[in-house]
Amino acid sequence: MNWTINMFYFFGLLAVISALGVLFTRNVLYATFFLILSFFSVASIYVLGNASFIGVTQLLIYVGGILILMIFGLMLTTKLSGKVLVTESHNKRMGVILGVVFFSVLSFIIFSANFEVLNKSVEMPKKMIEVIGVDLMSKYLIPFEIAAILLLIALIGAAVISEKRKEIKE
Amino acid sequence: MSTLVFFLPFLLMYTVFAVYAERKISAFIQDRYGPMEVGKYGWYQTVADLLKLIQKEDIIPKNANKTLFMLAPIVIFTAIFCGFAILPLTSSWVGSLSQNGVYFLIAIVSLDVVGILMAGWGANSKYSLLGSLRAVAQIISYEIPVTLSVLCVVMISQSLSLQEISYQQSVLINVFPDLESTKNFLFGIKTMAIDVTAWGGFFTWNIFRAPVLIPVAVIYFISTLAESNRAPFDLPEAESELVAGFHTEYSGFRWAIIMLSEYGMMLLVAILGVILFFGSWNTPLPNIGNITLANWTTGQPGTIIGNLWSILWLISKAMLWVMAQMWVRWTYPRLRIDQLMNLSWKYLTPFAIFLIFMSGLWRLLMI
Repeated sequence: MNWTINMFYFFGLLAVISALGVLFTRNVLYATFFLILSFFSVASIYVLGNASFIGVTQLLIYVGGILILMIFGLMLTTKLSGKVLVTESHNKRMGVILGVVFFSVLSFIIFSANFEVLNKSVEMPKKMIEVIGVDLMSKYLIPFEIAAILLLIALIGAAVISEKRKEIKE
Repeated sequence: MSTLVFFLPFLLMYTVFAVYAERKISAFIQDRYGPMEVGKYGWYQTVADLLKLIQKEDIIPKNANKTLFMLAPIVIFTAIFCGFAILPLTSSWVGSLSQNGVYFLIAIVSLDVVGILMAGWGANSKYSLLGSLRAVAQIISYEIPVTLSVLCVVMISQSLSLQEISYQQSVLINVFPDLESTKNFLFGIKTMAIDVTAWGGFFTWNIFRAPVLIPVAVIYFISTLAESNRAPFDLPEAESELVAGFHTEYSGFRWAIIMLSEYGMMLLVAILGVILFFGSWNTPLPNIGNITLANWTTGQPGTIIGNLWSILWLISKAMLWVMAQMWVRWTYPRLRIDQLMNLSWKYLTPFAIFLIFMSGLWRLLMI
């Protein structure tokens, strides 16, 4: 067992434990902090799997962007209302049944799937970022541009929503 | 790992001196003496302060959320200290060799927002909460111009690795594995055909390789001031309104760690700015004919002399940058919150986007 493998399993375990923490904590704020930990571990798994670009992107988008916004919103609502936001559980029986079924189907399919790459050694390109950049600008140009337009629309939408409404004069 | 051995002790030493320097500089700007009593010329003032801070009782407010309150300073410091991991120190002494260098730095440093929110919310005090909300809104907004200005440099230098960016600005450019045949031209304009590769010195610094980066450096300087919550953007800790912002309730050692991370952030953005714009660990002195000043004051990578020269240049340039940050703090009045947001969204961000476009054009002149 070398160091990288050990770290890989450590972060895998951390990701699972913190994901369970998200599920079993009733306080929403703590759940969000567990989610940060979980995303962090997933980012580390990416990095250990030689996909450091995706790992950093995970950090930047999920932890640095989405989760900070979530915490921001949660903190404001709890401080304004004075109540702690607590999740409640409904439909327990149905949930357990669905969860078990889904888990068994997933694990059955994953274990019976034939992952060819697992048995091959893949050669890493020397400059991974260059490959990603060239591919984004050639092979995957249309998805890339569509994502850009989507983000632009979201940006304009946010600006429009947060604009100060002028009083309509009759 | 290797640079961490240097940066942790250096950060502590630097903070002691930076606090002293800040007091002295503020005093000189306001025509006072500053600390004069402890030691000759007040030299030991910060040491005395530190001793006092360490002895202080670690007070946790009764109604605070203990876990969040206690963890917050550690989260803030860790997030900022992680940024140091990828900074190159000398021509042969580098941190992580990750190709994603500067991308990782931007991502990880933005996580100190989590710590600030934890501190502000956990303290269960109005001042702390308001201060942390202000801090987070400010840091998130100013991350955009910072990232865009870093992106301009990346467009010019075509690399995310900070060591490669450093070598491109060096007289030793051809020593680096991928840059054996790269040449630097005056102002980066190839058609002028003035080859400055052998000149070295400030002629090959990024702001000279591509003068379009000069306004970018200005934007970077302004927005990193806001990133590190420094005046004139220190609204999160505006003492006339918010007592001390998100760290109002902290005392003793935890407060010291928060202060340490603020000064650490200043140092981090200063070193990063020097690497991106002002020639990293390279000498400012060019070769003039037979007097090869640049080669003399750079040394060969891997030798002791080479390491000493490059660390000297990097750190002294970074210290000048920090001094400029302090100078600004004591010269300009604080902005109002709406002015702050206006500056970021209506001026810096559009300018930065325009400059990305210009950097792309300049890059075309360079190839």
